Amino acid sequence: MRTGVECLMDGLKKAGVQVIFGLPGGSVLDIFNGLYDAPFKFVLTRHEQGAAHMADGYARATGRVGCCLVTSGPGATNTVTGLGTAYMDSIPLVCISGQVPTHMIGNDAFQEADTTGITRPVTKHNYLVRNADDLPRIIAEAFYIAGTGKPGPVLVDIPKDVQRASTKAHTPDSVSIRGYNPTTEGHPKQIARLAEAINKAKKPLLYVGGGAIAANAAEEVTQLARKAKIPVTTTLLGLGAFPETDSLALRMLGMHGSVTANYATHHCDLLVSIGARFDDRVTGKIAEFASHAKIAHIDIDPTAISKSVPVDIPVVGDVKHVLKVLIPLVESKERTEWLAQIQEWKQKNPFAYDQNGSKLMPQYVIEQIYALTKGDAIIVTEVGQHQMWSAQYYKYTQPRTFISSGGLGTMGFGLPAAIGAQFGCPGKMVVDISGDGSAQMNFQELVVAVEHQVPIKVVILNNGYLGMVRQWQEMFYKKQYSATCLGQSGRGKNEKIKDCPDRPYLPDFVKLAEAHGALGLRAKTRAAVVPMLTKAFEADGPAVVECMVEPEANVYPMVPAGASLMEMIQSMA
Amino acid sequence: MKHIISMLVENRPGVLARVIGLISGRGYNIDSLNVAPTQDITTSRITMTVPGDDHVLEQVTKQLNKLVDVIKVFDLTKEKYIDRELAMVKVCASTKNRSALIELAALFRAENVSVQNKAMIIQMVGTTDAVDNFLELIKPHGIVEVSRTGVIAVGKAEG
Repeated sequence: MRTGVECLMDGLKKAGVQVIFGLPGGSVLDIFNGLYDAPFKFVLTRHEQGAAHMADGYARATGRVGCCLVTSGPGATNTVTGLGTAYMDSIPLVCISGQVPTHMIGNDAFQEADTTGITRPVTKHNYLVRNADDLPRIIAEAFYIAGTGKPGPVLVDIPKDVQRASTKAHTPDSVSIRGYNPTTEGHPKQIARLAEAINKAKKPLLYVGGGAIAANAAEEVTQLARKAKIPVTTTLLGLGAFPETDSLALRMLGMHGSVTANYATHHCDLLVSIGARFDDRVTGKIAEFASHAKIAHIDIDPTAISKSVPVDIPVVGDVKHVLKVLIPLVESKERTEWLAQIQEWKQKNPFAYDQNGSKLMPQYVIEQIYALTKGDAIIVTEVGQHQMWSAQYYKYTQPRTFISSGGLGTMGFGLPAAIGAQFGCPGKMVVDISGDGSAQMNFQELVVAVEHQVPIKVVILNNGYLGMVRQWQEMFYKKQYSATCLGQSGRGKNEKIKDCPDRPYLPDFVKLAEAHGALGLRAKTRAAVVPMLTKAFEADGPAVVECMVEPEANVYPMVPAGASLMEMIQSMA
Repeated sequence: MKHIISMLVENRPGVLARVIGLISGRGYNIDSLNVAPTQDITTSRITMTVPGDDHVLEQVTKQLNKLVDVIKVFDLTKEKYIDRELAMVKVCASTKNRSALIELAALFRAENVSVQNKAMIIQMVGTTDAVDNFLELIKPHGIVEVSRTGVIAVGKAEG
């Protein structure tokens, strides 16, 4: 006979868990007691949202299933944003939450929440364990479901009495669920149709998304592109699935994508989506998206096919598997005319920003991070302008080296995700690129990096604004900066603080870093950027570099929401 | 257009909430819903009618199929099927109108299942249209209460 907690520990061990991120509480005291001498590293976070993002960053960087552990009620509700972030980007993680004893459920007990109810729309699946006999099976199923098919977060809610109950049940050696059989092998006929379409196409384009990275198919994507000479554009989450230094790389497409990628999407005669889901930030106006092209879509998720854009050649299956079958069927071609056209677009329209004068431009900082890390770092971002600049001005050549909340767009994701990524990849340089808005969400987790001497580097591009929202206000709301000034000047009437001469920007990020035990540095000028970054990157432990960048720099190109990809705004002038 | 979706699901707590959440989360109304175990006690059959255009319902059907606890989903509207529902109607009935009600019920092959002093309960099985029609006709007698099972349906394909 074993207790529920012993079953859980055994299940986690058999699932290959190496590190758990979390925070204890009343309903998980027994689990934490069991963890005390368990063979996993436990990382005590300072907020449950941080735990979920760390497990997420760990999963994105390693490809393994991340794991976090939290208590009932607020512990569980605090993970909701983290679960939603992982769900939108199809990231495998398992969240174990404590629950009040089964006989108290529904009684408004202390720290009770309907956790499975609350997390149902943000998880791939979830469980409320009612009986210890079911626990070993459920833990095995949770990891299986999280990591197979289209990956995603799974939550297991375990009431306190179930943790303590005894059972004879054992962790099963294999999992079989009759309602869950993801299609991994693509249909041979569909793959043959796709090969034929590629061989016939004069102007094909590969549009590669996060699915290619989830399937560990970067190598196959590269083989396909190089063999058939097909240019490649990636989504934000697809960055790194194809080396951006390659002449076939067009960089990212969509709202803030490259001119070349958007032109190519508009002009191509065959668009092959590989694990990308035609997100609205990618397509712009649907009716005009790739309107001259036949559209093919390889995806493990049948619901992604023809969801927003009608697909001519659907292939449901695991991207890696499908590409392995496809590549031998595809002919080597030169496509001289199409590639020459693309080269011309590329030369005329590189990502560009104001190089005049001595202004400290945010894009410059990213370029220097790229130069100093020789393009070999894991770049993690928060959400906003800095995220887009990180996508534009750093060239990704390896999968799992760009980590960002794409679907949900979660500010405060980056710092904890960077810590998780660094736990998974101890030998890599991990840099969290942040804005001053995002940096103030989940900064508390920096303590975790300092305690464990996990040497993440946080680069804050401080422009004093919630910059992306400000940019939209500048472009579409007559420059009325409502609630986007983080500094105290320039605020709207109803936000002004009475009798307040310009007070300094708060918080002081250097002091804040130091208060957390990290190295804090500030670059106020363009000339100071490289020395400060160098100092931070050479430091043994975590470091924070605040760069006081040009306040009203904008992200270009920009396709206004709902406009066609051909309607790119290149500047405000 | 109205779609009849028939699904085989695990007979477990929470499964219905998942199915309904998926549909209501997209802002669609469920016109009728029926759930009961099948010949295999570990599975249940959910039958529901949902209005919506074909493209939307195709998405919904695919999404339902993706749920771990859902074993199989059929949009019966795409094939030949038999559908019925059962209604129990408590209607005001005194000695004055009782025979009229009995006659009306007989026309619809409905059955009197309970007769009391001031009311009777009639059980009616038929298609949704037939049930609607029957209810319309007995309305003037004064309906006290109606309980309907909602549509249940079986596809005609053999095997």
